[in-house]
Amino acid sequence: MKIITVKNLVKKFGDFIANDNLNFEVEKGEVFGFLGANGAGKTTAIRILTGLSKPTSGEIKVAGFDIYKQTEQIKRNIGYMSQKFSLYEDLTVFENIRFYASVYGLSKNEIKQKSENLLVKLEMTTYRNSLIKSLPLGWRQKLAFSIAIFHNPKIVFLDEPTGGVDPITRRMFWELIYDAANQGITVFVTTHYMDEAEYCNRVSIMDKGKIAALDTPENLKSLFNVKNMDEVFVKIAR
Amino acid sequence: MKELVNFIKKEFKHILRDTRTLVILFGIPIIQILLFGYVITTDIKDAGIAILDLSKDQTTQDITSKLISSGYFVIHKNLNSYDEIEAVFKQGEVKEVIVFEENFGKKLIATNSANVQLIADATDANTANIIVMYTSGVILDYVNSLNKTIDAPFKVDINERMLYNEELKSSFMFVPGIMAMILMLISAMMTSISIAREKELGTMEILLVSPLKPIQIIIGKVAPYLLLSLINAISILLIGYFIFGVPINGSLVLLMSETMLFILLALSLGILISTVAKTQQFAMMASMFALMLPTMLLSGFVYPVENMPVWLQVICHLMPPKYFITIVKGIMLKGTGLFFIWKETLILVVFTLFFIGMSVKKFKIRLE
Repeated sequence: MKIITVKNLVKKFGDFIANDNLNFEVEKGEVFGFLGANGAGKTTAIRILTGLSKPTSGEIKVAGFDIYKQTEQIKRNIGYMSQKFSLYEDLTVFENIRFYASVYGLSKNEIKQKSENLLVKLEMTTYRNSLIKSLPLGWRQKLAFSIAIFHNPKIVFLDEPTGGVDPITRRMFWELIYDAANQGITVFVTTHYMDEAEYCNRVSIMDKGKIAALDTPENLKSLFNVKNMDEVFVKIAR
Repeated sequence: MKELVNFIKKEFKHILRDTRTLVILFGIPIIQILLFGYVITTDIKDAGIAILDLSKDQTTQDITSKLISSGYFVIHKNLNSYDEIEAVFKQGEVKEVIVFEENFGKKLIATNSANVQLIADATDANTANIIVMYTSGVILDYVNSLNKTIDAPFKVDINERMLYNEELKSSFMFVPGIMAMILMLISAMMTSISIAREKELGTMEILLVSPLKPIQIIIGKVAPYLLLSLINAISILLIGYFIFGVPINGSLVLLMSETMLFILLALSLGILISTVAKTQQFAMMASMFALMLPTMLLSGFVYPVENMPVWLQVICHLMPPKYFITIVKGIMLKGTGLFFIWKETLILVVFTLFFIGMSVKKFKIRLE
């Protein structure tokens, strides 16, 4: 089942073409990597899929809903986490969870129950009432991700979720991503760490506004006859 | 609705946990009104003067004692010759020297005319003007009282009355003005900063991706400041009433309604600023320069609009605080009802709708 379908997506800013006729589909439950150098058009595409920006033209469906007409339904069915982790630093861990959950219309009891489970899972029960600004970056990142999927969205969009985080924490973060995928949540993730591309079910590599390659990491490596994704990327970008 | 309530609760937590915001919200208004009240005053009280009395007769002594008993003046020195005048001004203790010519009293009776010279320190032009005016007033008053006993061929009795501010207290002027300024500053600056902060943090993106509607986000951001601005307005009125004796002659309900209208206007301006401001820094600077300075200088708060060149007057008429100040003065000092200020009220309503319309439009464009 296709959870995202994109046909002939074009986005222009004046004369500049940020997304030049993109076509791709994302399967339900997969971890879909969206790769590309800075300025290749990744962020523009993810902003369109999440409703932050309108395309110039193209047919796009997210979670089965049309992005022009059914924005409300789309919003209820997606989660989003940006590279800034986007938590309120002057609110506590629980207050952040409660606020974001209430935005998605979860009931008080639901929030209470689910947040206790979440804190146990993240091993953060003792930090329930700590301010976000007192937490290390890795914890904030995990919490931000957990909040992004707290309302059980069909798809979660992650925009460079591992920027500025150390390798061990990045590894642990990917375990959370797999965990979400196992629950049936489709993960759409942009990154510029090529080792992370290996963790994805399929990756698309963007170059100058176009999709230059789209396949599983294994197929891409054999197609370009190289050992790792880093080399695939270098060959495409050249 | 539940989402909105939670949003507003969250907003209050931001405000209450940030001491800097709290100081700006409540400290600055109170400090400002006290400063304006005690420091920046145009009232003359106990101004130092010196007298060069070359006549030293009954008449000059009567005038001198009238000057002292008026409460405006304190005699610092009695001079003996013209040469001392310059020195006494240079010492700086004296704002004015009064010179009675020789045989002042005799001349007055014999020829019906005598000369008195008023020399004022015009390094502070406004004060000099007012002091000279007050002195002339006292002297003329005395002369008029003589005329009652002496039969003068012509005389005009001038009865002055300063309506609505009998004692010409400057606090009557600045309380409405400072209210306009503080409400503008607090409402517009604080909302624009708090919205810009969400943008800086990246939380605005999350909110825009969420099912919250832009209008809910705006209302959630603005509602706490509506309440806090109202508290500010009330405390300014209380300080004005109890400490500076500014009356509230008109309807309190009308006054509060007009105040709410002005707060709404300022809040919508704040939203408008935040649609262009990407950082808190920018939001603050924009609010300061675009709102505070014009409110102080071009609203008739400190300087009368009538004295400005025509092109500047045109700009003044585009300043919303000008109308609010007129309204507040009308209600507080004159006890005016809505009937006489409906025009100003309507202008404020139009301004508010215009700013809200612009913000909504810009907020949508920003999503592109």
